[in-house]
Amino acid sequence: MIGQLIFAVCFAVALFLFSKNAQQIYRNIKLGRPADRSDKPAERWKMMLLVAFGQKKMFKRIFPAVLHLFVYLGFVIINIEMLEIVIDGLFGTHRIFSFLGSFYNFLIGAFEWLALGVLVSCVIFLIRRNIAKVARLNSVELKHWPKTDANIILITEILLMSAFLLMNASDLKLQLYGFEHFKSVGSFPVSHYLLPYLPTSTEALFLIERSCWWFHILGVLAFLNYLPYSKHLHIILAFPNTYFSNLNAKGKLSNMPAVTNEVKAMLDPSFTPPAADANARFGAKDVQDLTWKSLLDAYTCTECGRCTSSCPANMTGKLLSPRKIMMDTRDRLTEVGTNIKTNGSFQDDGKSLIDTYISREELWACTSCNACVEQCPVNINPLDIIIELRRFAVMEESQAPASINNMFGNIENNGAPWKYAQLDRANWTQQQ
Amino acid sequence: MENELKVPTVAELLAKGETPDILFWVGCAGSFDERAQKITRDICRILQHVGLKYAILGTEESCTGDPAKRSGNEFLFQMQAMMNIEVLNGYEIKKIVTACPHCFNTLKNEYPSLGGNYEVIHHTQLIQNLIDEGKLKPADKNVFKGKKITYHDPCYLGRANEVYEAPRKVLESLDAQLIELKRCKSNGLCCGAGGGQMFKEPEPGAKDINIERIEEVIDAQPQVVAAACPFCMTMLKDGVKIKEKESEIEVLDIAEITARANQL
Repeated sequence: MIGQLIFAVCFAVALFLFSKNAQQIYRNIKLGRPADRSDKPAERWKMMLLVAFGQKKMFKRIFPAVLHLFVYLGFVIINIEMLEIVIDGLFGTHRIFSFLGSFYNFLIGAFEWLALGVLVSCVIFLIRRNIAKVARLNSVELKHWPKTDANIILITEILLMSAFLLMNASDLKLQLYGFEHFKSVGSFPVSHYLLPYLPTSTEALFLIERSCWWFHILGVLAFLNYLPYSKHLHIILAFPNTYFSNLNAKGKLSNMPAVTNEVKAMLDPSFTPPAADANARFGAKDVQDLTWKSLLDAYTCTECGRCTSSCPANMTGKLLSPRKIMMDTRDRLTEVGTNIKTNGSFQDDGKSLIDTYISREELWACTSCNACVEQCPVNINPLDIIIELRRFAVMEESQAPASINNMFGNIENNGAPWKYAQLDRANWTQQQ
Repeated sequence: MENELKVPTVAELLAKGETPDILFWVGCAGSFDERAQKITRDICRILQHVGLKYAILGTEESCTGDPAKRSGNEFLFQMQAMMNIEVLNGYEIKKIVTACPHCFNTLKNEYPSLGGNYEVIHHTQLIQNLIDEGKLKPADKNVFKGKKITYHDPCYLGRANEVYEAPRKVLESLDAQLIELKRCKSNGLCCGAGGGQMFKEPEPGAKDINIERIEEVIDAQPQVVAAACPFCMTMLKDGVKIKEKESEIEVLDIAEITARANQL
């Protein structure tokens, strides 16, 4: 009874803390500018099912994709086991779903194989990061916290899966002994290999079984509350993020309506533009100037670096890294969120996304080739952010590189980015 | 040469009371860049050969605004776009073909919400259609027969608009040996000129992007590398020159290849 009470309190506290953090993240994302992504729901569901649920884009790289698939399936399916654990915890039952009979055996067996798959995958992931030092996972922006974060996640998953298998093994041994309520249920194709290494005393076995049970569930609840501080948040946000994907051709950039109004007014004096929002900027200086989708992108990024490793600027040694663009955006957004939480409203802290986080050199190295957008397994768009920051640099500050300004001047005066006279445009027709 | 090149402008046609079936949007590179001008003329030869009623805007054409937009100058882009749309709509243009993937992307995707709605195709798509319709057929002993040819996907044609097959079909019709680069189609590698980079020096780094790309081309050992974008043409050509491979690898646009294969 006391156990049930402690469990109920832990469970409620974990959910409460998580919902508070989730609200904070939701609020931060809502700081962004509007973007309409409510159209074509059927196409959006399809995109989500294929890309997030179906892991379609992961398979551009087959080896990590297979490992990730284990972890992903393990996560999705073991949540069914979590449901049983929660019910057992709250009502003091033991393996409540066991009335399902042979189907229950199948479930537990499947969970065991998946748990093993997750465990092995996470060990390989740890090796790839820390020993094999895969370049994509050891670049400069992954030093310090991002590296620690990744290792914490992997080690936690290994511990949770180990506890799960150990719990099952001791449960099975108790079942074989016919101890108390440990009636013979479930199938344990993986954990039965652990039997010889377990003690024979039922007290010790019971202790192990209960400790693992508690460790597993408390670990999961703790992990749930770790998510908002971690890149691991993608396990939740990958789904909405792919649902709200950009469905247009990748080459299509937004036509800023505020600019359209001004240009129309310039070309046609009779056109009266609607009153403009006095606070609105052209382009983005800081995270609040980005659309909410860019901010959702930032929270969804799991720092896998597929974008950066396919970025032509990055692979030829330039400063730009699309992954860093996403990480900077998230870091700044978290900082702005904390600022608002502390001060009630945003107080100028002398920082901005451009310059404080993302340098001009990074911005101007982008070729807008969309390789990063193509590669992202969860449809994140770093290019949108780069373009918005360029728009701010050019339209609000007039701070473009000199050669870019020359190009602007040529277009304005000659109708071509090079310095040729408009009247010479068709001269090529005169040559053979 | 089959016959002399006669390139009508829309204004000239209008003076005769005619309208073109398709507008050839030449683009700035196609108009002014010496290398790209050759491609432009070959496209005209193809259009003339198949008897398509086409016209250009001539001096009435202006930059689509693509480099301005990708560099963040939305004002300049929209000024250009609105002026171009006024001209195009004034002539009641319905269908446009262009050899520049940047113009193609902008006209196709970014002009509609500013009031410019046209059917926009890239010249590789037009050529593919003409081959499909039997209007273009490589000569039996065309110069490309048996040659090793590879194709470089322009980002603004490929990833940006998912046109991967049309240029490949053109090459397949040649009876040549088509080889794919290691990074191709949706994984294609940028030439380094998009997003305004054409007009500025690259940021400091280990090497230039077109060098990275040309090294991959050299690895594939082709005799011809096919391009479908005037920006890519410049970058690939420069790369081949820097690597001193000019005598081994020829950089040709899909239109030039078609014109040569058809002996136009």
